[in-house]
Amino acid sequence: MKKTFITVDANEAVARVAHKINEVIAIYPITPASPMGELSDVYSSKGEKNIFGQVPEVYEMQSEGGASGAVHGSLQAGAITTTFTASQGLLLMIPNMYKIAGELTSTVFHVASRSIANQALSIFGDHQDVMGVRQTGFALLASGCGQEAHDFALIAQAATLEARVPFLHFFDGFRTSHEVSKIEMLGEDILRSMIHTDLVNAHRKRALTPDNPFIRGTSQNPDVYFQTRESVNKYYLAVPEILQKQMDRFAALTGRAYHLFDYVGAKDATKVIMLMGSGAEAADETAEYLANKGEKVGMIKVRLALPFAVDAFIEALPKTVKAIAVLDRTKESGSLGEPLYHDVVTALFENSDILPFEMPKVMGGRFGLSSKEFTPGMIKGIYDEMGKPSPKKHFTIGINDDVTHTSLEYDENFYLQNDDMYEAMFYGLGSDGTVGANKNTIKIIGADTDKYAQGYFVYDSKKSGAMTVSHVRIASKKIKSTYAIQKANFLAVHQAVFLEKFDILPHLRKGGTFLLNTPYPKDELWHRLPKIVQEYIKENDITFYAIDAYEIAKQTGMGRRINTIMQTCFFAISKILPIDEAIDSIKKSIQKTYGKKSDLIVKMNYDAVDSTLKNLYKVDTSLMGIDSDISLSPILKGDMSPFVDEITRKLSAFMGDSIPVSKFPADGTWPSGTTQFEKRNIGLEVPVWDPDVCIQCNECVEVCPHSVIRANVFDASLLKGAPEGFLHAEAKGKEFGENAVYNISVSVEDCTGCTLCVEVCPAKNKSQTNLKAINMHDQLPLRESGAKIWDFFTSLPTVDRDIVKHNSSKEAQFLEPLFEFSGACPGCGETPYIKLASQLFGDRMIVANATGCTSIYGGNLPTTPWKKNKEGKGPAWSNSLFEDNSEFGLGFRLAIDNHKNRAEILLSELKDKLDAQLVDEILKAVQKTEQDINAQRSRVTKLEDALKAMNTDEAKELLQISEYLVKKSVWIMGGDGWAYDIGYGGLDHVLASGKNVNILVLDTQVYSNTGGQQSKATPTGAVAKFAAGGKSGVAKDLAAMAVAYENVYVAKVAMGANNTATTKAFIEAEAYDGVSIIIAYSQCIAHGYDLRYGMQQQKNAVNSGVWPIFRFNPSLIDSGTNPMHLDYKGPKIDVKDYMYNETRFKMVEKMNKNSAKEFLQTARHTAQTQYKRYKTLEEEYGSKL
Amino acid sequence: MVDLTTKYLGMTLKNPLIASASLLTGSLDNVKKLEDSGIAAVVLQSIFEEQINKEIHQIDHFLFRNRDSFSEATEFFPQDEDFDHIRPDAYLEEVARIKQSVDIPVIGSLNGVSDGGWIDYATKLQDAGVDALELNVTYVPTDATLNPREVEEMYIKTIKDLKAHVKIPLSLKMNSCFTNPAFTAKQFEDAGVNALTIFDNPTLVDIDLEELTTLTKVNLTSSSSLSQTLRWCAILYNQLDIDLCANTGIHSGEDVLKALMSGAKATSFASVLFQKGISEVSIMLEFIEQWMIEKEYKSITQMIGSISLEHTDNPAAFERSSYMHALTTYRY
Repeated sequence: MKKTFITVDANEAVARVAHKINEVIAIYPITPASPMGELSDVYSSKGEKNIFGQVPEVYEMQSEGGASGAVHGSLQAGAITTTFTASQGLLLMIPNMYKIAGELTSTVFHVASRSIANQALSIFGDHQDVMGVRQTGFALLASGCGQEAHDFALIAQAATLEARVPFLHFFDGFRTSHEVSKIEMLGEDILRSMIHTDLVNAHRKRALTPDNPFIRGTSQNPDVYFQTRESVNKYYLAVPEILQKQMDRFAALTGRAYHLFDYVGAKDATKVIMLMGSGAEAADETAEYLANKGEKVGMIKVRLALPFAVDAFIEALPKTVKAIAVLDRTKESGSLGEPLYHDVVTALFENSDILPFEMPKVMGGRFGLSSKEFTPGMIKGIYDEMGKPSPKKHFTIGINDDVTHTSLEYDENFYLQNDDMYEAMFYGLGSDGTVGANKNTIKIIGADTDKYAQGYFVYDSKKSGAMTVSHVRIASKKIKSTYAIQKANFLAVHQAVFLEKFDILPHLRKGGTFLLNTPYPKDELWHRLPKIVQEYIKENDITFYAIDAYEIAKQTGMGRRINTIMQTCFFAISKILPIDEAIDSIKKSIQKTYGKKSDLIVKMNYDAVDSTLKNLYKVDTSLMGIDSDISLSPILKGDMSPFVDEITRKLSAFMGDSIPVSKFPADGTWPSGTTQFEKRNIGLEVPVWDPDVCIQCNECVEVCPHSVIRANVFDASLLKGAPEGFLHAEAKGKEFGENAVYNISVSVEDCTGCTLCVEVCPAKNKSQTNLKAINMHDQLPLRESGAKIWDFFTSLPTVDRDIVKHNSSKEAQFLEPLFEFSGACPGCGETPYIKLASQLFGDRMIVANATGCTSIYGGNLPTTPWKKNKEGKGPAWSNSLFEDNSEFGLGFRLAIDNHKNRAEILLSELKDKLDAQLVDEILKAVQKTEQDINAQRSRVTKLEDALKAMNTDEAKELLQISEYLVKKSVWIMGGDGWAYDIGYGGLDHVLASGKNVNILVLDTQVYSNTGGQQSKATPTGAVAKFAAGGKSGVAKDLAAMAVAYENVYVAKVAMGANNTATTKAFIEAEAYDGVSIIIAYSQCIAHGYDLRYGMQQQKNAVNSGVWPIFRFNPSLIDSGTNPMHLDYKGPKIDVKDYMYNETRFKMVEKMNKNSAKEFLQTARHTAQTQYKRYKTLEEEYGSKL
Repeated sequence: MVDLTTKYLGMTLKNPLIASASLLTGSLDNVKKLEDSGIAAVVLQSIFEEQINKEIHQIDHFLFRNRDSFSEATEFFPQDEDFDHIRPDAYLEEVARIKQSVDIPVIGSLNGVSDGGWIDYATKLQDAGVDALELNVTYVPTDATLNPREVEEMYIKTIKDLKAHVKIPLSLKMNSCFTNPAFTAKQFEDAGVNALTIFDNPTLVDIDLEELTTLTKVNLTSSSSLSQTLRWCAILYNQLDIDLCANTGIHSGEDVLKALMSGAKATSFASVLFQKGISEVSIMLEFIEQWMIEKEYKSITQMIGSISLEHTDNPAAFERSSYMHALTTYRY
């Protein structure tokens, strides 16, 4: 039979099988497993049928807990059912997993295994999640690469149907789930051969049905429960044999033979490493390499981790074994060792009398947590350790543990010489298409040659201006190198600016080829290179090619997309394929991608390919000398703490792997406000202020997502010493004094160039109306002067908070933001609200942040944006989980109230020993406004001074908690995925609590962080993942649900539509002594339009009635004022004029005009009914007064 | 019974009333209503290549832009295989559906098309079944260094290219802004065009004093816009062998009659349909028929060009001297 090869990542490899052999798929998105569910949804939406002849039902639930419940139900009702998940998601499934296993239900859960949130969240891969469900009764089956994941997805299904024990099939998150490789695809004939109809029928026959009624899931008592738990033992005992049988059947069908334990290496090995997952591939490659060199080493790939098959394990070991290193990609604090180690030790100990060899030494090691690299050097390091007379019984590898000294030393420069393999690295910018181009290259090589190709893609932690590194390998044999390229044959830098910041070239091997995309002309290029680049090229015989890809992109209409151009360069230089064949393949691929969409786009790409070949050139370095005085620009700048200087600097330079354990905080506590040192310089254009045109409205300051535009008013005398270019105007507003001047400054080095500020500026230049009071200019010429201006600006005193009208949207922007320069996307709609909250309440704010975009740009290392003011006060921030954020924040409130109550009790008790009047003032203080709070602060400072002079236990205790006598502002923040879906139960409970917390829902109407899956906030007609044809239902009206409690402050806001109402909402919500919730319209890149128009779109959303804005303030009832206040006047423009500005809506019109019409009608209707609903509420409350 | 038929673009139209390209001629429903009200032919809503390409670019841009840039979200929309239908096919399918569903001639319209795009779209429209093509170049030269001759050459090249690739008749919706429109019209005739539509009616430009910005407005005409049309139909009528279609300012049966007499073989209009509704066509036809009966005209053919520059008893009215004439003959 003809073999079919496809080039895919493991997520796709698994989804292709799982979708074919299941009837129901219930999922919830979570990194890195999300693509499996998304692809399944795509297959079903295209009408692809499973082997049973039906299109599987793919259903997105509100949480993984919900998904596992739906899976359980579907299984009990007899459908072959699966789910895909990872990490916290898998943990949320545990209760149902116990149920599913306890009821002996056949199913396979596919898991892209990922770290668990401990001291920090991590999206990357290890086995902590899988090892966290060992106790549930699921069999654990591990894959190490895309091919195995594809194959095991089927084998696991065949085995579970026979064994009745549910299987958890897992593979490493990112390293396997996202690694693109060439695999042999299983045909439907093989799928059908492996899935026995009899077993499927038997599964269906066990279904709950009223036609054959029975009860399952009883409540059992002491007389029964124990025995019934033991009744399942025989099923577990049978699993290894059944699985091996299915593996053998699979081998007969495909030629790919697997075993419960697969041994690789010298037949007479004395040292054996055991592990599972992608690390086993690297160990396989290394063991074979070393064995071929005569070393007596071997390794065992563990396929079935649970139930642990003792006989098969002992059988797999070479009889010569003397030492075994058992490697676990997990961590169990306090345990004697990790799970696989325990199982191996137990297996050997219990069978010591029948072992065909002497009891070997067994060592337990941890490796690769959170996708930490696991390289041949590390593997060799373990073998070396095993050969020592007294090797470490427990160790770690890949880090430097200088605290408890668990780590092994290894040779970082050891790598496997493999002349068959071609290794290439590409440094690109997130948005330039580099990763996409490399994926395409791998697909071309996979499809058009008999070679194997592998691609792995590394992204940095920022959502804007992120650097991507593509690792591409090509070889004639299957590639097992599951680690980053150490020394590449070819290295391309697609953004010349990277060379100025990072030392990249040492990743290129001696005699390798370097390709640079550069704007500099041929004769100038060499002299524009940093010195270390010139030196590396000369000292390592590097062949150097260059191209001005952006110029070609511009000329051929490609804009700033250089993917096709750089891909063509790679093929032209590397000669992996004959150039004509390569060009032909690239063009075919272009035709395939764009042919159905637009001939023009095809032509543009073709032109780009042809132009590339004409413009790519080799730089003759033979006559060039080392003449550069350009050194690497500093990674961090500014006055920073020693910790930031040492640790954060290394993290930002991508050198975090080298930092030893002792340097890190053990409990996840990190300093605030480190983004200020980063100076990323990613904005190609930045805003420049024109004081002559400016009307001093501060709207540009308000909307800036990255807090790079600031306004200040100060005495003109302070202008002395201002750097050149520091502009000012006479300040408007008498409250600032007669000599006050107004200034707007821009941190040009932190700006992302989103242009929201320019679009929102209402002031036009009267002589040239295409100019405003703030205009975009090239960043580079402004960089140096801009930095000086910013330094001067930040040295100025800020406006006295007591004279600022906080509820004025203009004046609030004079307050210092304590959230700045985050890694959020350019034009982000969420961050202006967060910034506003930090300006108004930051110095007394404590934030519970749900997992999602907000927690990533808010708390993803290396640098974080929450900062403190000059007095050392600022927001205290923490992220617990995705699902529990409301409860987490409520916990803050409970603790703070407890401290405050205790402080008040102590204060009352100490009244006689203190200034009684001061005590009374403190206890009776009303803390509604900033002025109230500042007054209380002064009183508490006086109190603290007095307490310090006292030497009683009570005084000491009060001193410790006296800060709680000043009002603390508890904020619970997150996106709509949290508030509307996974966290809604908790949110609802907190809404009902009456406690003084402030909830801020940053509503992007979609799961933004995980890549655009629909949430219950997704509006009618929007295309999102799991709503590929556009969402037909109506978004949940969370605001109306909150209003229904009647004692909750509720505001629905859109800054772009009504900034005054928005600012007031924040002030009122915070002042309200009870639960407050603000639901804020937030534009997002998942909406598909140029976010520079984000505020205009907010206005359109409100004016069309799609996003009603109002404030419901229950505290007004007592004063006889209507608590319900609509901040808009109902739908004024057609919904179409809002929706069709965004790709998410517009694309429906392009796909299905009838659906688009229906969606429009529904959206228009909803806009009207919502207006009526809120208007009626306003009238009803008004009539009651 | 009077004969309302006229020959235009090689076709015999049952009357001289054509619905010009607009939103009203973009859907089968409307075209059917137009047919029912008595219209003789329709020029379909233009296929705006610029607009199609812009939309495709836009959608493609936003689908592409944030791909593969962040580890948690390698894309933000369902995979693009789902969006195979983002292309002009839907337009062409609608054209084919219209052609199959009505009996009147259907004229395709090309508007705002790029250099290479003309032939591609013209061929596609021909394949979709249209009876003829109307070409609307909509070119506003803004470069002060551009030689006017180059502009004319661009028109001529486009016409020649199209004629070389399509078999169906071709009309050009002519811009009035040429130094000598008659000379240019003659060149277009020589290039192979089968008819001229007099004239293109570009969108209006305005300035918003509140927002201090420019505005684009739909240019709805009135009968008062007819003057230019009459003048140039009259001037061109005897100098060209190709058909003329009067386009701007046709709002009533009277306007149609005037246009025909000035030299047009047919008239096309849209503004009046927006303002008064599709049913206005039957009112116009009724007026024409009644007028012809009253004035004892037997056929439309009789009146075509009867008051053209060559055939009028007052040619000065069509010439520049008409201004002087108007002044000197004005009675105080």
